[in-house]
Amino acid sequence: MTKPVNTSVNTPVKSPVNNLEKVRKSLGRRNRSEQLFRWYGRLAILIGLAAVTVLFTDIVSKGHGAFRIAYLQLEVEYNKDLIGVDNLTDSEQLVLGNWQAVPKQALRQQFTDVSGRSDKRKLYGLVSNGAGFDLKDRLLANPQLLGTKETVWVLADDDIDTYYKSWLDGEPYAARLSDKQVKWIGELHDQGKIRLQFNSNLFTRGDSREPEQAGIRGAVMGSLFTLLLTLMLSFPIGVAAAIYLEEFAPKNGWTDFIEVNINNLAAVPSIIFGLLGLAIFINFFHVPRSVPIVGGLVLTLMTLPTIIITSRAAIKSVPPSIREAALGMGASKYQMVMHHVLPLALPGMLTGAIIGMAQALGESAPLLMIGMVAFIVDIPAGFNDPATVLPVQIFLWADSPERAFIEKTSAAIMVLLSFLIVMNTSAVWLRKRLERRW
Amino acid sequence: MQVTNILILILGLGLFAFYLGRGRSLALAKPLGGIRHIHSLPSYYGAHVALWCALPSLLLLGLWMIFDGPLINSIVLKSLAAGGMVVESSGESLLMNKITNLAQGVLPRKSADPELVAAADLMLRLEVISRWSLTALMMTLSLIGFGWSWSRISSSFRARPRVEKVMEKLLLACACVAIFTTLGIVLSVLFESIQFFRSVPIDDFVFGLDWSPQTAIREDQVGSSGSFGAVPLFVGTLLISAVAMCIAVPVGLMSAIYLAEYASQSVRGFAKPALEVLAGIPTVVYGFFAALTVAPFLRDLGASFGLSVSSESALAAGGVMGVMIIPFISSLADDVITAVPQSMRDGSLAMGATKSETVRNVIIPAALPGIVGGIMLAVSRAIGETMIVVMAAGMAAKLTANPLDSVTTVTVQIVTLLTGDQEFDSPKTLAAFALGLMLFVVTLMLNIFALQIVKKYREQYD
Repeated sequence: MTKPVNTSVNTPVKSPVNNLEKVRKSLGRRNRSEQLFRWYGRLAILIGLAAVTVLFTDIVSKGHGAFRIAYLQLEVEYNKDLIGVDNLTDSEQLVLGNWQAVPKQALRQQFTDVSGRSDKRKLYGLVSNGAGFDLKDRLLANPQLLGTKETVWVLADDDIDTYYKSWLDGEPYAARLSDKQVKWIGELHDQGKIRLQFNSNLFTRGDSREPEQAGIRGAVMGSLFTLLLTLMLSFPIGVAAAIYLEEFAPKNGWTDFIEVNINNLAAVPSIIFGLLGLAIFINFFHVPRSVPIVGGLVLTLMTLPTIIITSRAAIKSVPPSIREAALGMGASKYQMVMHHVLPLALPGMLTGAIIGMAQALGESAPLLMIGMVAFIVDIPAGFNDPATVLPVQIFLWADSPERAFIEKTSAAIMVLLSFLIVMNTSAVWLRKRLERRW
Repeated sequence: MQVTNILILILGLGLFAFYLGRGRSLALAKPLGGIRHIHSLPSYYGAHVALWCALPSLLLLGLWMIFDGPLINSIVLKSLAAGGMVVESSGESLLMNKITNLAQGVLPRKSADPELVAAADLMLRLEVISRWSLTALMMTLSLIGFGWSWSRISSSFRARPRVEKVMEKLLLACACVAIFTTLGIVLSVLFESIQFFRSVPIDDFVFGLDWSPQTAIREDQVGSSGSFGAVPLFVGTLLISAVAMCIAVPVGLMSAIYLAEYASQSVRGFAKPALEVLAGIPTVVYGFFAALTVAPFLRDLGASFGLSVSSESALAAGGVMGVMIIPFISSLADDVITAVPQSMRDGSLAMGATKSETVRNVIIPAALPGIVGGIMLAVSRAIGETMIVVMAAGMAAKLTANPLDSVTTVTVQIVTLLTGDQEFDSPKTLAAFALGLMLFVVTLMLNIFALQIVKKYREQYD
């Protein structure tokens, strides 16, 4: 294309021609390597996106089943003699009553041909061992039912639930059931006496060793109390520290030292904060173990650097002209900060606080150290009740051997992730909504 | 009275004092002809009174809460000793636990030693006395503070500078929480570690090849002493971190390069937040994914090739950890790559280099310090990561470099040694703190070094 330009006739310029040749020859190879490089980049992005997709589909495919659970229809009789209760206001009778006998009797009447001890035990294994207590609660709510019969849906055992779901999906998993139980479930299904219902237990109950009775309510409440305390402590302290460092701190060694500390704390492994909590809060200050107070304190220290760093960025983004105008009108430095800079920086600080809280909500390692990993059935009602938190509940369930807990764990993860998604999107929304361009 | 009640009471008093102080300054201003004629705004007079009312008693509360527990304990112990009971210093904490449980009604009183029951009663009595005297003292302090500052309100009283000075000190105190946290971390791990190194020599710990922290109950049992050689843990940690880095560094770096240099605005707008989703997922979720999906998959895959892959392989834990770290590396690398001045790109492109040659020969070398710093921060994260390895890596300490085998890590051992009930003075528990010290020191050095590099790099182009 380009003609070599000869500036003089006598000295033909040879070398540029050769170089051009060289470049032209290498172009194909260079373009190929350029294309290859681009593909590496695309591949890297695809791997990342694939990881996101695989993770979410895996969790959802494992966990979606947990939102429905198998119930059996039984004709139960609230027989006074059978239960051993004739007065529903007598608490001693209620405690001693043989409640589990009610579903057992109903099962015997449903399958009249079952005899023999082991067969009967298998038959009783169809319903959850908490079914009797559910019926007790129902009876206490409707006292006129005592002595009468009714048809109710009672909770099935977790093995039955697992089998029934897998059977409906076409790949039955009967490893933990006997042939007879499988046959009985088939009969119940044909009669329409077994069905999947919305699993309200998952959201209304605390932890349990029995998967079908286990719920995340206790863990959610524990997380709520812990996060509330974390927010109440870390937001004011974090904002105050950020204000000091940005607006008041003199430039000296002490301030630099504080800054270095904050930056390092942001990168310290979270488990170290657990060791701190164990040694200082529990062993030295004798804060009780396993309670939201100690969890909240540890998470406060952990999220503080995040909140300080984001709050400082928010304060920095307020233009100096605002400050100068306030000072020029005769405001004191403190008034300038509190009346002008802080309100303008607050949206950014709130976004940072939400992100910090999302981080604290997902954190579990330090909480293992301070005893929030205990098996707790009761739903915590305050900052001083033994509690666990949602991620730790996930950890505990993931460790349980029962197959039905896999499903529950995934469901709990879905709940946790949806909380996190809500928090993070609200942070993004808040930033978009309240952000001011100067 | 409960501490929370006292706190609420004092805060309520402070609020009340604020309004009283403000009211008084307003009343002072009125005959003078408006608030222009007093030194500060009325709310500053109110704040001054409120601070004097609340702050001293809150400080007292803080001090009281630190010293009250140990003091009561020592009095109770002394009373036991005075009663003729021999209390060894090693059994003290156990005994105190028993007494506290008795006092709180956790242990049944009937079956307990009468001396201990008496001690528990003494403890309860002392607690009641302590709480009431605290309340009384705090109320007196509040009232004195209130009265004094109330009497000082006058038209020439400089309330604003005083209040502002106190507020600034309070802000400084909040900023110092970070220092106290670091101090707390250092002290807590250091003290317990020193205690640990008294029973286990430090070189046995750092260079020992055998890790089995189980201390036996009987003297004559096999391995009754327990051995605390941490090298297998260090090797396991490094192995898993290396696997994680093998995945995270190439993928994270290449996606950062692609997003910064090649991707169109719309691709970037979609892919960047999508990758950052990975950073927002709690580690316990990754742990579950690694233990229940990736590890069985790798085991079956290995079996189909005739390889024996452990179901707790380092590959599964490290691989999933790598996925977790991808967004960390990619966003840090993205930052430093976009910080490379456009003129350097333009210069290279003008010389006829292709885009990839520009990236490889100009941008990467220029951004290298920042990238290295980012990778170091990522390594420190991988070393300190806990939940993934607790759920997906093994418990047994093996000295191996085979990623298909199961290894254990420092963090796994800290968790296993410290979860559940434990006494505080056995070497088994203290070993966890020694491991924590190692972890803290290593990550601290990595972080400081990395932050230094990143900071220097930023200054270079700013």
